[in-house]
Amino acid sequence: MSLVMIGLEIHAQITELKSKLFCSCRGNYRDLIPNTNICETCCGLPGTLPIINKKAIEYSTMTSIALGCKVPDKIMFYRKNYFYPDLPKNFQITQYNVYGFSSIGVDGSFELDDSKKIRISRIQLEEDPGRITYVEGGMNVSNSALIDYNRAGVALIEIVTEPDFTNPKEVRLFLNKLSLTLEHLGICDTLMEGSVRCDVNVSMKGGNKVEIKNINSFKEVEKAINYEITRQTSLYNRNIKIESETRHWDDRKKITFKARSKEEEHDYRYFPEPDIPVIVLGDNFVSNLKDHMPELPNQRFDRFVLKYNLSEHTSNILINDKKLADFFESTLKVYFSPVEIANFLITDFKSMIEDDSDNTDYLRNMKVKPEHIAELVKMIEGNKISRITAKDILVKIFESGILPSEAVNNTNSFKIADEKTLMDAVESVFETEKSAVEDAKRNHEAINFLLGKVMKFTNGRADPKIAMRLINNKLNKPDA
Amino acid sequence: MPKLQDLQAHEVVQGIKEGLFTAEEYVSSVINRIEDVESKVRSFITLDSERALTSAKLIDRKFKEKEDIGQLGGVTVGIKDNISSKDIRTTCASKILEDYFPSYDATVIRHLKDNGAIILGKLNLDEFGMGSTTEYSRYHPTHNPWNLDYVPGGSSGGCGAAVATGECTVSLGSDTGGSIRCPASFCSVVGLKPTYGRISRYGLISYANSLEQIGPICRSVKDIVMILNIISGKDIRDNTSMSSSPITINNKLDKFDIAIIKELIDGSDLEVRKTVYSASEKFKEIGCICNEISIKNLHYALPSYYTLASAEASSNLARYDNIRYGFDLPIAEYKWDTYFSNVRKNFGEEVKRRILIGSYVLSSGYYSKYYLKARRLRSLLKLELLKLFKKYDLLIGPTMPILPFKFGEKIDDPIKMYLVDINTVLANLAGIPAITLPIGFSNGLPIGLQIMAAPFEEQKLIDVSNALENTINIQRRPSLI
Repeated sequence: MSLVMIGLEIHAQITELKSKLFCSCRGNYRDLIPNTNICETCCGLPGTLPIINKKAIEYSTMTSIALGCKVPDKIMFYRKNYFYPDLPKNFQITQYNVYGFSSIGVDGSFELDDSKKIRISRIQLEEDPGRITYVEGGMNVSNSALIDYNRAGVALIEIVTEPDFTNPKEVRLFLNKLSLTLEHLGICDTLMEGSVRCDVNVSMKGGNKVEIKNINSFKEVEKAINYEITRQTSLYNRNIKIESETRHWDDRKKITFKARSKEEEHDYRYFPEPDIPVIVLGDNFVSNLKDHMPELPNQRFDRFVLKYNLSEHTSNILINDKKLADFFESTLKVYFSPVEIANFLITDFKSMIEDDSDNTDYLRNMKVKPEHIAELVKMIEGNKISRITAKDILVKIFESGILPSEAVNNTNSFKIADEKTLMDAVESVFETEKSAVEDAKRNHEAINFLLGKVMKFTNGRADPKIAMRLINNKLNKPDA
Repeated sequence: MPKLQDLQAHEVVQGIKEGLFTAEEYVSSVINRIEDVESKVRSFITLDSERALTSAKLIDRKFKEKEDIGQLGGVTVGIKDNISSKDIRTTCASKILEDYFPSYDATVIRHLKDNGAIILGKLNLDEFGMGSTTEYSRYHPTHNPWNLDYVPGGSSGGCGAAVATGECTVSLGSDTGGSIRCPASFCSVVGLKPTYGRISRYGLISYANSLEQIGPICRSVKDIVMILNIISGKDIRDNTSMSSSPITINNKLDKFDIAIIKELIDGSDLEVRKTVYSASEKFKEIGCICNEISIKNLHYALPSYYTLASAEASSNLARYDNIRYGFDLPIAEYKWDTYFSNVRKNFGEEVKRRILIGSYVLSSGYYSKYYLKARRLRSLLKLELLKLFKKYDLLIGPTMPILPFKFGEKIDDPIKMYLVDINTVLANLAGIPAITLPIGFSNGLPIGLQIMAAPFEEQKLIDVSNALENTINIQRRPSLI
């Protein structure tokens, strides 16, 4: 079945903020004892008033600029009224596009690839509710719920797209690009648990729209859409009408299920938040931000290719992992050899950390720092150690954190350039590999085999150029 | 010398500073007064005499040690029970906050305490400030000290009655549509609703955020100035607050252009009308010019006010779900599907009525028909009033169109009750300052004069009020007490 239309509503926390959107409680509520990161304001105690976090307005404006949105001269906040136990005031302070006022960004577009753009309908700044834990399993079965307000009031950027996606793959591509953009802007660490959430609406053949809520990570979005397309297709094939409804994603069972009927009665009674006067951004606000905005992924890509002479392939691998790209550039500051360092990082280095990729902060917690990699690459380039040795050294310094030069000294693994020592090695290989020697005399290609044996004999420490010369010399000698 | 409990705030501070009496003696005399009259008047919801006496002793010790006792050292303040006070129960006269002990002080209370004032307790009001008689308090009604069968006005009825009887030196009320001025007028004391933004609302438990202000209710204009200057100012905790210059008591009066609002005079009881006219004659005697003018859009004021106030209230009061604070409820009552409706039954009838009205005017399909229209009418009225202030310094009229009335007289007809607010809601809709002054009595029932000025022109209000207060000689203390 064709003609699938998918739209997204993404919530990204501004994880870089020190404080919440309307009070001075910590922006990072993670790993805290429940209900310890709260104050009068974010608990909605009677008489408290919201104080807007100016930095949050800057961050949401940057997001709007990066997603090609128009940013209005003045913005205001609205109350969205609904009852839910995780919402301390029983209304959410958010934005709303109505009566001449708009949210922080409208009418944008974001390039998916060379041939397709996704339209962004709006971007708005709002507060996150608290969190409910259902003690005895899911929300439909548990008899009691625990509420933690540590998260209540954390700044969220809501990004709403038009239903421009036609398959889950496009959605995944979009979410990847969006994550990268948010990370480059320094707004959201998308790998932090719960920092990005996505609601999806799916309709088929112009039929009713089904909304799927509660998808708590970008990874699950593709699965939820696939499930929903399958579900709707099977209904369609059996001539059952697809209801317009809200469903939830169960990330344990990997299915969507129908929400409580009450949640579908949407009358949020929006009205302007009287406690936050209209905010005039001013003429220079957007242009100033534009001038000082961090580099976006596509700008960085261009720079890597042009300034560092990296291949497009290498640049992509680095930029798709922002922390690795940052690590790369820190290393360059110590030792400027972009191509060699980039190649080392995306091959030997990356393969070492790949196993540990769930650890979001792997680069910060790692014992290996840019200084280590710089020194290591410098030794390769200075012909002090071989590439094979470099890999071994990397393993050692990963564990111990000592400097590569120290590790090389400790293990005595400098390259062997001394001709006498190498000659001994060549001779013993010639002794043991007699048939290979004969081959090599007739077929020049087979020399590489002998070189490999010499390298192995020296534990990879032989200077390959010298070793090669010695092998050639010996082959050409009549007594060999 | 008058009895200690009859002193005005500035006299109290002076007396303590000069060593004429101690703060403890003064506070004890006020507590004695409360013991004498409280059973008749019932101004307080929560009285905190013990802590008040402790604070008084602290001030006496400071005085002995030659430390500064503060500009309000020893002054006792009654606080309307919708202003958050740390560790003192704050109920909004509602059962839904029966056991609520705030963890923080409102900014105004912090200012008072910082200046040596003593918080005496929390004063009665209509539940959440919704009412004009204090009959809607969910604890008990407050009685008018001038005639105990009559209402004291509202919603800050406890403030008006307590100040009039000397149960506190001064009080802080809040005014959303007349809640300071109505009881001040009915109890024959001075009440000021400041310009919107002059005083931080942080800690004022919201009824209608865009309309309300905290303000002083006192026995003299001089005391009003004293309190006003201490509680005014920009507060980083309130986005809508602004800084302003301090007010002074001047003995010289400018020749003000004063306009009497014709519709407000015409709509008032005969006795009220007569007294207001005679007050306007006094203005002429002290050198002002008085003219009668009309407000074209006046008839929009009440519908606009009740639509907007109810809309904001319906959202503000949504948080009272008893999950985080509130009142005692057995755990068995916490059932997911019935919980909210069950808990929210605890609101009184008038509060429920306004939540319903407010939810209705904000609901989709009715938003532009009611809420948005009300906002436009509000702008229209504001523009008209601000235009008048280009021509006139002050607008005057009766604070209340009628004399205080008996308990139960209007409680069965909400519309009748809403209509008594017609004179006062103007200042809230326009965000302008308005003061009420006692100007006389009819059959022993007080009459107040309302004076309004342009935004942040409180100095004009005070100048003219001070001059008028000095010329009008009326009974200052209810004889029933």
